[in-house]
Amino acid sequence: MMTTVLASVATMPGVFAALGGVLPVASVNWHSVLFLLFAAVACACAVAVVLAENVVRMAFYLVLSLASTAGLFFLAGAEFVGAMQLMIYVGGTLVLLVFGVMLTAQAPFVAIKTSSGDRLLAGMVGAALLAVLLQAAFRVEPWRRPAMADVAAPAATPIGMALLGVRVDEPAAGAPATAVRSGYLLPFEIVSVHLLVVLVGAAYLARAKRRRTPRAIDVAASSVGPVVTARQAARSSASALVSGGGR
Amino acid sequence: MSHLTGGLPFAAVPLFAGLLSSPVGVAHYLVVGAILFTAGVVCMALKRNALGVLMGIELVLNGANVNFVAFSSPYLRGEGAASLGLDGQIIALFVILLAAAEAAVALAITLNFYNNHATVDIDRAEDLKG
Repeated sequence: MMTTVLASVATMPGVFAALGGVLPVASVNWHSVLFLLFAAVACACAVAVVLAENVVRMAFYLVLSLASTAGLFFLAGAEFVGAMQLMIYVGGTLVLLVFGVMLTAQAPFVAIKTSSGDRLLAGMVGAALLAVLLQAAFRVEPWRRPAMADVAAPAATPIGMALLGVRVDEPAAGAPATAVRSGYLLPFEIVSVHLLVVLVGAAYLARAKRRRTPRAIDVAASSVGPVVTARQAARSSASALVSGGGR
Repeated sequence: MSHLTGGLPFAAVPLFAGLLSSPVGVAHYLVVGAILFTAGVVCMALKRNALGVLMGIELVLNGANVNFVAFSSPYLRGEGAASLGLDGQIIALFVILLAAAEAAVALAITLNFYNNHATVDIDRAEDLKG
């Protein structure tokens, strides 16, 4: 066992040398390699979300897809957006969704089947939409990669200053130098109030109510129980007795 | 590229080697965003579970975010090409925040529907049908 492991480890440089013969390591662009890795995981897990029948597995694939998209954001130079994607989307929204799955995952709802005709129709519509979008994506002319010295150091400072209403980042290339650039203080305030309202509204909508009328799930459960029918019969006979006594 | 393959019989090797050695452009990101968007739209149309529809919405918003970040990226921008700059990243941030808010409200509505109708099958939500 140990000898086979050692032998395989010993042959690893040979494998790398053979790979290097096919593809010189010096010419490999590791940015592209990581991009392909994250893009493959994101797209495969997005398709797996569509194809999965079980809602718990759909949530798991969605977590993987969103986390890989955060990796794509890091590779595109948007470190703060990638970190927020991991913290808010993967850490917050998906946990919320998983709680929803757990609260509603009764046996008949874990896997709700879709008819094959609907699947076929959705596949055709999706293929047509994807064809249109890919055609538009390849119309965008390839942008060249600038020298690394031109790229600003990664920092969250420009985003924070822009959210405070002050722009310290470089103006976009091609924009006139004298253009007044607005900050994002007003949208920031609007979003903060919006989040507060949404928090209150969600807590109001999802609160545990004390109902006078029985829930539909209780009615469905009690309509088949023989004990309850016996109790109802006893109650009706008792009311008959009372009405008979009053007569 | 022929000297790289070294007479290998695989036709995919030159394409794969070209993908690995050439820099990533904005079109690569747009392709990923298109695939995520299409998967989300199909997921929204196909799933009968209300939470599955919610996951489709998340995928659609995520695909749009990929496009925003790609158009704002300093690493994918060429000389003289117009880009969104920082605006794209901030729009992506706002999309993430609004998606969180939307998921909270939609989940509350789903739980309310589940409490009242004892199901999450959206085909059974026909109380408002005329």
